[in-house]
Amino acid sequence: MEPVLELRGLTKNYGAHRAVDGVSLTFERGGFYSLLGPSGCGKTTTLRMVGGFETPDAGEILLDGRSIAALRPWERDVSTVFQSYALFPHLTALENVAFGLRERRLANARERAMEALALVELAEKSARLPAQLSGGEKQRVALARSLVLQPKVLLLDEPLAALDPKLRKQMRAELKAMQRRTGITFLFVTHDQEEAMSLSDKLAVMNQGRIEQFASPEEVWLRPATRFAAGFLGAVNWFGATGIRPEVTFADRERPPGNGARRAIVESTLFLGNRLHVHVRCESGESAVAEVARGRDFADGESVWLWWNSADEMRFE
Amino acid sequence: MKKRALGIYAALALAFLHLPLAVLVVFSFNSGRFTVWEGISLRWYSAALNDPQLAEGLLNSVIIAIVASVLATVIGTMAAYGMWKRSARVLEGGMLLSLVTPEIVTGVSLLALFQWVFRFLHLHLGMYTVIIAHVAFSIAYVMIVVSARLRGVDRSLEEAAMDLGANQWCAFFRVTLPGILPAVIAAALLALVVSFDDYVITSLVAGVDSETLPMVIYAMARRGVSPMVNAVSALILVLFGALIVLAERMREQ
Amino acid sequence: MNPRSWFLLPARVWMALFFAAPLAIVCAYSFLTRGDYGGVEYPWTFESYTRLADPLYLAILWRSLWIAGLSTAICVALGFPLALFVSRAGKRKNLYLQLVLLPFWTSFLVRTYAWLFILRDTGLINTVLSALHIIHSPLPLLYNDGAVLLGLVYSFLPFFVLPMYATLERLDPALAEAAADLGAPPWRTLWRVVIPVSKPGIIAGAVLVFIPCLGAYLTPDLLGGGKSVMLGNLVQNQFTTARDWPFGAAASLVLMLAGAILLVLLTTRRETKRLL
Repeated sequence: MEPVLELRGLTKNYGAHRAVDGVSLTFERGGFYSLLGPSGCGKTTTLRMVGGFETPDAGEILLDGRSIAALRPWERDVSTVFQSYALFPHLTALENVAFGLRERRLANARERAMEALALVELAEKSARLPAQLSGGEKQRVALARSLVLQPKVLLLDEPLAALDPKLRKQMRAELKAMQRRTGITFLFVTHDQEEAMSLSDKLAVMNQGRIEQFASPEEVWLRPATRFAAGFLGAVNWFGATGIRPEVTFADRERPPGNGARRAIVESTLFLGNRLHVHVRCESGESAVAEVARGRDFADGESVWLWWNSADEMRFE
Repeated sequence: MKKRALGIYAALALAFLHLPLAVLVVFSFNSGRFTVWEGISLRWYSAALNDPQLAEGLLNSVIIAIVASVLATVIGTMAAYGMWKRSARVLEGGMLLSLVTPEIVTGVSLLALFQWVFRFLHLHLGMYTVIIAHVAFSIAYVMIVVSARLRGVDRSLEEAAMDLGANQWCAFFRVTLPGILPAVIAAALLALVVSFDDYVITSLVAGVDSETLPMVIYAMARRGVSPMVNAVSALILVLFGALIVLAERMREQ
Repeated sequence: MNPRSWFLLPARVWMALFFAAPLAIVCAYSFLTRGDYGGVEYPWTFESYTRLADPLYLAILWRSLWIAGLSTAICVALGFPLALFVSRAGKRKNLYLQLVLLPFWTSFLVRTYAWLFILRDTGLINTVLSALHIIHSPLPLLYNDGAVLLGLVYSFLPFFVLPMYATLERLDPALAEAAADLGAPPWRTLWRVVIPVSKPGIIAGAVLVFIPCLGAYLTPDLLGGGKSVMLGNLVQNQFTTARDWPFGAAASLVLMLAGAILLVLLTTRRETKRLL
């Protein structure tokens, strides 16, 4: 069976600036995918091209094998959940959800909309106007509004960005559950690596319009394809072309066996509850962070040995 | 595709808005007396500039406009400043009401006032009654322009000044006013234009010897065909256009 | 007295003396009797108001209402697409807005006269048409309700476009995108989303046009001749030629009342309040 969505060599320029540079990705049916990257990396532009709100300058977009690049947004079988939710302020929650169904002239639009609202647990607020809903509730209405149309792909443009941290974590779990339950392919755009890693089956790390890596979260974490991917997913101690994550960097007073260890001076120690981050400056000049268990104690200015297992190294050219 | 249609419509609408004026101006250069084109000529301009009635009307209009504009600007700016500090609902409501009151009503009501007062003071309608009327309806315009500017001014500037020893008047003149000066000038220009252009109210409260330019033009337009009116109109268009552009520049500063 | 109140004093005095008092006087006059040589005298009476109920004057009131109403409707119909265009013009938004407003800022008298020049028997249209031998005698384009309508729409169209543009400009672009995303082609998006959401702006703009149209004087005077008499002309006539001040005052008050009612309705509706 062919992939549900395929992007081939997608390119978009804004004047002299190349926002999306030859992006090629393949998405399988029923998966939860993320586009992850910093501001301006082209992830939102890519998403908008799939939604039909931007026209690609080059490349193809194939939905279930058919090219949709020439189709307008209302002709495409994909749906977008906007960052600002974009709920119609003059319509109730129910009417918002029923909007697309009414466009399709479906007879039982109202009932189906009620069902969708029930799915996001907002059935009792169906008569409310968007102004009377909280941020999280608005987001759920937006989700229901798109899902009720059963699109082939659901596009989500940083939908959790406007929520406070606690609500974000809660909504993450709900989103994941929703995706599993409906089986609809989700394409999720975010700049939050924790979010992308916790939700996705596969994530694409983007930088300056290009895909740095497209793989499962573990794969990108343990075996990042580029320096950028490594650094974006989490903190990295760099020693030339070699990188080591702080969680697998060790610091000791006694010299460990083997000859990989380096001498370093402790600059500061940060207490993080169940662990400590020890910031050191190596003899060879680099600064690094070692994550150690709670209970150990290092004084500023103290001299320590820094070491790690070579199996945990990430090497780049 | 839809954008194209909208663009074409907009072009037509803009043409509708501008063509009548363009036609007026073009025919002001017509050497013929009627609407049949007979060649380019400046005779109507020279006729207009030499017409004694027009000249007197222009002079009156200028005097009235300047005096009324200065007064309205001072009063209106002070009012806007006062309302910036604390809300004055009645005054603000009254000013907004004066903007939506039909000119004919403002005009006749002022006429009624003057005639009633004249019973006791033995005066007549004259330039001063026109000036009073113009100030009355211009204050609201000035207030709106200056208020809009004041909304963007940081109150703490004045508070700092007063903290350093300035009293309210001092704070206004030396701290706030210099900052809003461009808007005040723009408001003055607006009051100038509004006063200069007024016909309805002026025609009701003007005395026999205080005919303004719009009144002269109106009489000429009513009497019949005269391209002189076109010439004067063209000149007025240019003048107002210049004043408004100037006012906009000031407002944006 | 509070120094801030001093700043408000000149305006308060001026408005009280030269806006409020005159209106009060007009109000009083409307209940008095006409003087022999103009002016007013006692006794107090309702006569002026009952006279207004005369079919002749009711016809004038009715004409004023429908001309103002139709002018407003046309301004809305013509002005909305124009405002839409300007709001979507991207970088050139301001330029187009200035282009729309520029005629508005020039002399009202001149703008009305322009149509006089174009429409009259010896005016541009008739001259061109007869030169092309399409007509043999001039078309009576002037001095009727239609000419007044045209003049009013021409004068007040920018008056509607400005607040309409302000509303449309503030509209969240994501709303239109969402509608498209959910399956609505552009004209459906316009009908189901853009227009309903910008309704407060439409209403505000309409009222802003209706009120001056209702009280129009110069336009029906120049373009309507004596044939298309509106309330404004009636008032002017009573205070000058006819010298029936109480009657004119009563007509003025009716005019003001109509406008004031609409204004109060406008400023008390929550959505339109924000616009002002």
